[in-house]
Amino acid sequence: MLELQDISVSVENNREILDHINLVVPDSRFIVITGPNGGGKSTLARVISGVQTPSSGRILLDGEDITGLGIDERARRGISFAFQQPVRFKGITVRDLLVLAAKGASDQPLQEKDLRSYLRDVGLCPKDYIDREVNGSLSGGEIKRIEIAVVLARRARLTIFDEPEAGIDLWSFTNLIDVFRRLRSEISGSVVIISHQERILDIADEIVVLSAGRLTAHGPKADILPRLLGGDHCQFCHGQPVSHKKAVDSSERVACPRESV
Amino acid sequence: MNDITKKLLGMVSDLFGTPDGAYNIREDGECAGRQSSENVAILSKTDKPGIDIRVRPGTKGETVYIPACVTHSKVDDLVYNDFFIGENADVTIVAGCGVHTDGEEDAQHNGIHRFFIGKNARVVYLEKHIGIGEGTGRRIINPQTYAELDEGACMEMDTTQIKGVDSTNRLTRALCKKDARLIVREKLMTHGTQAAETSFEVDLNGENSGADLISRSVARDHSRQVFRSRINGNVSCTGHSECDAIIMDSASVSAIPELTANHVDAALIHEAAIGKIAGEQLIKLMTLGLTEQEAEARIIEGFLK
Repeated sequence: MLELQDISVSVENNREILDHINLVVPDSRFIVITGPNGGGKSTLARVISGVQTPSSGRILLDGEDITGLGIDERARRGISFAFQQPVRFKGITVRDLLVLAAKGASDQPLQEKDLRSYLRDVGLCPKDYIDREVNGSLSGGEIKRIEIAVVLARRARLTIFDEPEAGIDLWSFTNLIDVFRRLRSEISGSVVIISHQERILDIADEIVVLSAGRLTAHGPKADILPRLLGGDHCQFCHGQPVSHKKAVDSSERVACPRESV
Repeated sequence: MNDITKKLLGMVSDLFGTPDGAYNIREDGECAGRQSSENVAILSKTDKPGIDIRVRPGTKGETVYIPACVTHSKVDDLVYNDFFIGENADVTIVAGCGVHTDGEEDAQHNGIHRFFIGKNARVVYLEKHIGIGEGTGRRIINPQTYAELDEGACMEMDTTQIKGVDSTNRLTRALCKKDARLIVREKLMTHGTQAAETSFEVDLNGENSGADLISRSVARDHSRQVFRSRINGNVSCTGHSECDAIIMDSASVSAIPELTANHVDAALIHEAAIGKIAGEQLIKLMTLGLTEQEAEARIIEGFLK
């Protein structure tokens, strides 16, 4: 179980990116964090994974205070993080990353068939990608799918996806939803996804709404989703009008006005 | 052959024991072993130190080992090796040099290799340089490679210097005739106060000839690196050079390209990138459980792979 206690992140002029956030992520739960752009969602993901240090508050993993632990120490305790903008490497292949990721999951070396299945899960043909370098030759969609495959290979106790849909085309997005559905049904750890996508919100156990650095709603999907989608005003984002717009890839997208263009 | 030579041979040529085919092992300026094969003749030069390696036309699939070792300080070795590759041959040459110091004085190897590659022949040339030993004398390796590629010939040169060499001045010059192609991949890592200077000079003189020169390097501590590449496109041809360097600590790296097109259809490109390891790369690998030091080592290992 992950517990955030009174987490705040301040920047200059005492502006709060995260403002006294309290959140519990129980074991084996699938939680989607949504809200307007600039609301603090990615910062929260970075704070949980250790990439960013909170100004105040505590983070507990199964009762252990991990606030002072580094990124790698948290990773070894079972926290996995899929970046919104995946990183490129010269000379490191998809196989290298999958093997590194799986090392943390098991003492047994990753079997070739498992390695390939992680790529198939994200809609990539293993033969074409397994020995490719994770470099600038990959498209945004390809590298995003590889990022997700690497995180899946970690089989972590807590996996955080930061906007997994960003940069992914419609065809891949459909596959991605299938991946999350499977993850949802076979879940052995908890999953936290930051997303605007209605289809991802729809497979959540719980939905959290973050707006202007504050946690403005948290509850079962059945309670939260209708109030996000229904009516003319978002009930969790300062009463501003809700925009139900179609994203570029025409997947459904729930958006608060601040991110509407 | 002494034990240090045996150790160095394993490091520079992956050679343990003597190979089956043609080989010549040079130890402290002397021949420590030689064998010719049916298709590859190795003979001593009569006018200067070194050997001539003659590969019969049409020879396919043979590997020739020509490593050199300097096993102690106060050795200044100079050798001239000439390779004559017959038409339509397809061979691999494994060279490489290991230098070991045990005292205050320098140990040095200067290898001057010339390649005359016949029509439609293909050569893979593997060259690895390494320095070891506890001596305070500098370990110096200055390789020079000259290649003349006849029509349709191809040379792939893979040159690596990963550690232990205090000073190196590496010069590669080539001339390509019609349809000939030169591919060079250099991997270099310097540390401490080491200095490395690499110079490529290629004349593309034949129609449809091409050169691809790629250098990846890591400069650590207070080491210095200079990369020069000069490609002259004198006909319709393609030339590409790339210098990609990771700089760390207080190191210094210079990349100095020079492209000259003397023909309207000479297509020449140079790319250079010098920078430190990106913080986000370290963070990504740390999210997979690697410590910062392990992540850094893994990134460098991949970069120089």
